[in-house]
Amino acid sequence: MKNQAFDEWRETPSQTGGPYVHIGLLPKQADIDVFEHNFGNSLVDDKTEGQRIRLEGQVFDGLGIPLRDVLIEIWQADANGVYAGNADPQGTSADSGFSGWGRAAADFGTGFWHFDTIKPGCVPGRKGSTQAPHIALVVFARGVNIGLNTRVYFDDETDANAKDPVLNSIEWVKRRETLIARREDRDGERIYRFDIRIQGEDETVFFDI
Amino acid sequence: MNLRILNGESNHGSSRSGAYAQRNTDDHPPAHTPGYKTSVLRSPRNALISIAQTLTEVTAPHFSEDKFGPKDNDLILNCVQDGLPIGERIIIHGYVRDQFGRAVKNALLEVWQANASGRYRHPNDQYIGTLDPNFGGCGRMLTDENGFYVFRTIRPGPYPWRNRINEWRPAHIHFSVIADGWAQRLISQLYFEGDTLIDSCPILKTVPTDEQRRALIALEDKSNFIEADSRCYRFDINLRGRRSTYFENDLT
Repeated sequence: MKNQAFDEWRETPSQTGGPYVHIGLLPKQADIDVFEHNFGNSLVDDKTEGQRIRLEGQVFDGLGIPLRDVLIEIWQADANGVYAGNADPQGTSADSGFSGWGRAAADFGTGFWHFDTIKPGCVPGRKGSTQAPHIALVVFARGVNIGLNTRVYFDDETDANAKDPVLNSIEWVKRRETLIARREDRDGERIYRFDIRIQGEDETVFFDI
Repeated sequence: MNLRILNGESNHGSSRSGAYAQRNTDDHPPAHTPGYKTSVLRSPRNALISIAQTLTEVTAPHFSEDKFGPKDNDLILNCVQDGLPIGERIIIHGYVRDQFGRAVKNALLEVWQANASGRYRHPNDQYIGTLDPNFGGCGRMLTDENGFYVFRTIRPGPYPWRNRINEWRPAHIHFSVIADGWAQRLISQLYFEGDTLIDSCPILKTVPTDEQRRALIALEDKSNFIEADSRCYRFDINLRGRRSTYFENDLT
């Protein structure tokens, strides 16, 4: 029922990325060598400031089977909690050695994915609050009609997590645990394990952002 | 009360300092769509939790022009080995705008597709339709200051897939957009005007309204055909838009 017209458009509808999403978004993984500069899962170089970490995990379907055709992207602030994007109004400039964004695909055999990045600093929340360190993550795959948005928090940030406005907005306290990555130190490397369960028991919290 | 009137241009080049408008879920496919069988085990059972946006959701990465090669948006030439790829030569162009009609500048638009046979250059595609040694099937570009983009390619063929056993996708090109805010992140597919397979596709049918399904169909742009060379299709993309703040700004 419309009785008035605004000059406003509808968002283009989403469709699944399909099983061959790698061709366009990670052509090297499909053995296609077209671009000189390829996007990938390493967000760090020699100049990046901050604690190096590796974020890794698998994505499971409703039967507990890992998705081996899934594509994941992350977006995060630098070590001081500043985003590299033009829209960050904090006034301080971001680490010029850090783009804040990366893209990874699961291994076709095992379903494992990982990123080499840094641990982000705290970012301001709404109305003067502070958010716990977190990484925004989105999942695209065959069978997924619209990208699934979630957040990764860290299990060694207990105090900050307890005060985080987004975690605290999840009414079911038990479900908050699905967003906490588990730290393990392996050969001097700091690893955070973050498994994503799309459906069923311990289903990961997904957000409408 | 902390009342701040924000000047439109004061916010680091962005004239809108509030949140992105809410995504209208009725304009998109639901997660669980049994006619598209793979979605059954790959859709959450819980409702999504809607959150108030923060800096995390309104920021996004920037991609600089100098990382792009001269043929990144030319799928006819960017993978040639010993000649031109076989198939219908087409140009696709259009504008990326937000829902309020503003041009989306410097957005990263990435595309991928099958070749003229309907065969993908991907290790998991075993369709009998033949590979084309001169066609890769991926490209990318940045929109200009008007939100305009253009790329050149071979029109993809339809292809069969195992949903029901005799399912066929209409000809389509996948696309991905990364723009100004993480909340605008979008992946979808464009179809071609007049393709009769459009009416029977269970993936396109996940989109709940006819109006929105039509928004994914590229239109024949006859006056922009190039004589003795290429035909042309017009396809515009709309992303979510940010509101301005004229009173309290609670974003930070």
